[in-house]
Amino acid sequence: MLDANQLQVLQLSLTVAGTAVAFSLPPALAVAWFLARSRSRLKMPVDALVHLPLVLPPVVTGYLLLIVLGRRGLIGGWLAEHLGLVFAFHWTGAALAGAIMGFPLMVRPIRLSLEAIDPRIEAAAATLGARPILVWLTVTVPLALPGVIAGLVLAFARALGEFGATITFAANIPGETRTLPLAIYTFIQVPGGESRAAQLIAISIAVSLGALMVSELIARRVKRLQA
Amino acid sequence: MSIDLDVRLRQGGFELACRLCSEQRVIGLFGPSGAGKSSLLRVIAGLSRPDSGTIAIAGRRVFDSARGLHLPAHRRRIGMVFQQPRLFPHLNVRHNLDYGGWFSRRRPSRTRFGQVVDMLDIGDLLDRRTRDLSGGEAQRVAIGRALLCDPELLLLDEPLASLDAPRKREVLPYIERLSAQSALPIVFVSHQLDELLRLANRHVAAIRNGEIVFSGPTAEFLARADLLGEEAGPAAGALLEARLAAHEPEHGLSVLACPRQKIYVPRLTGHRIGERVRLHVRARDVILARRPPEQTSALNQLVGSVIEIRRDDTDYAVDVILDIDGQRLDARITRRSAAALDPKPGQTLHAVIKSLALAEQAWQRLGGL
Repeated sequence: MLDANQLQVLQLSLTVAGTAVAFSLPPALAVAWFLARSRSRLKMPVDALVHLPLVLPPVVTGYLLLIVLGRRGLIGGWLAEHLGLVFAFHWTGAALAGAIMGFPLMVRPIRLSLEAIDPRIEAAAATLGARPILVWLTVTVPLALPGVIAGLVLAFARALGEFGATITFAANIPGETRTLPLAIYTFIQVPGGESRAAQLIAISIAVSLGALMVSELIARRVKRLQA
Repeated sequence: MSIDLDVRLRQGGFELACRLCSEQRVIGLFGPSGAGKSSLLRVIAGLSRPDSGTIAIAGRRVFDSARGLHLPAHRRRIGMVFQQPRLFPHLNVRHNLDYGGWFSRRRPSRTRFGQVVDMLDIGDLLDRRTRDLSGGEAQRVAIGRALLCDPELLLLDEPLASLDAPRKREVLPYIERLSAQSALPIVFVSHQLDELLRLANRHVAAIRNGEIVFSGPTAEFLARADLLGEEAGPAAGALLEARLAAHEPEHGLSVLACPRQKIYVPRLTGHRIGERVRLHVRARDVILARRPPEQTSALNQLVGSVIEIRRDDTDYAVDVILDIDGQRLDARITRRSAAALDPKPGQTLHAVIKSLALAEQAWQRLGGL
């Protein structure tokens, strides 16, 4: 079946995509909340900024990341020196690239589901004695759950398939930043690597289908509970 | 319970400027759509913050702009039932009812839970999902949910407005029971006079264009056609207190004693002999006569003396206010009739009222035997 090398690629890809999704969920919730409810003038610029990775060529996003967060980058140097956080050419960089590319896909469904919530239900919760954070946790988030799940799955799939920004920002280092798409690309470049590439292609199809199915099951369950 | 507020709030082009002070337990807030009824309730509940003023509930300051005090809604202990039930769609009925208890140090006891569930007849609905409830059931659950928070004041914002007539008849008795039998202070908002008369039998406040234009006893309010507005204006009249004295089953009538004079009304079901009721007599249904009319089909003739004659805001009617054994009765007659009858203060007159004009009352139970 799979050799150690391929297993490593799969494991790395899942770690990178999982990390990307886990770390982008809290800011995605906050940004989606802001976009759904705020009347601030900043709404438009924030909306545009969030959607930027969706429309920019991924290589550009990767390059910008390199400039900002590279070892000699504007912030990257400071982070490496003071916090020991290194992103460029490191698996965390791959995760960061995946997170940023998946961010708009995560924010959008969460925002839509938040917009669908009747704020008057939240007002009712307040009159029942729930402080704002508890209203958020017991009413808003549960009602937005289908959107949150959809956002998680889309962002996970995006992070799993991330290529352009990753290869620019984190490079293609075996065992460090060589995720599934990068590994497939590498195998295709080598004469006779097609069969191993095909195996990885099959794996990525399986992982993507699995993620879709799991999310569908969870969404159905949530809907049944809420209905 | 007392409520004492004086608030100002500007929202876009609308300005709410309300002063209201009452010691009564149940207050009816009456006004046309868009008058600011809901805005005022939101301010009382703490859901919107006035620009200036003060609000005190039962002596407790919950808002004071001068001191920068604004108690948020979740700390006011003011329950609210809205036009729409606003149940939590992700929770079943039981969890909707429990919701308030999750955050309160005073969780309702099992007995209290049972009492509220029984009072509202929602025991069979506890495990249902909210979307499977009818409008009336959902509104009853919403009332229960508010009650189980053990509020110090309950605000009812037209809780029947979103229901069709049969559902209204289903829910109204529960609210009536709440208003008549519990010790809970209530502010009930409505633009329907009959609902208001059934529920708020002591104190009414009328709101117009964001201002409280009247606040006082219900009987006084009912006499003011100008406050009632176009739709309810014809219902202006008086409230007579009476006792249910007897039934006349052969004629399908009941006899009220007021207190010594008899009034026949279409049969009262659901009231016990001896029970006190309040009778709404529309001023335009009262005929005045100098001598007791003979051979007439009208069953009721009340003797009283004229207190006052008032010009009406129309150019064709006058209001004659009578004293019927110490109770006020208004008669609205045309100016032509008034010229012919020439009523003078102190004069004795006979007020003639058809029994059928007294049908379809919003019977108020005053309790007591």
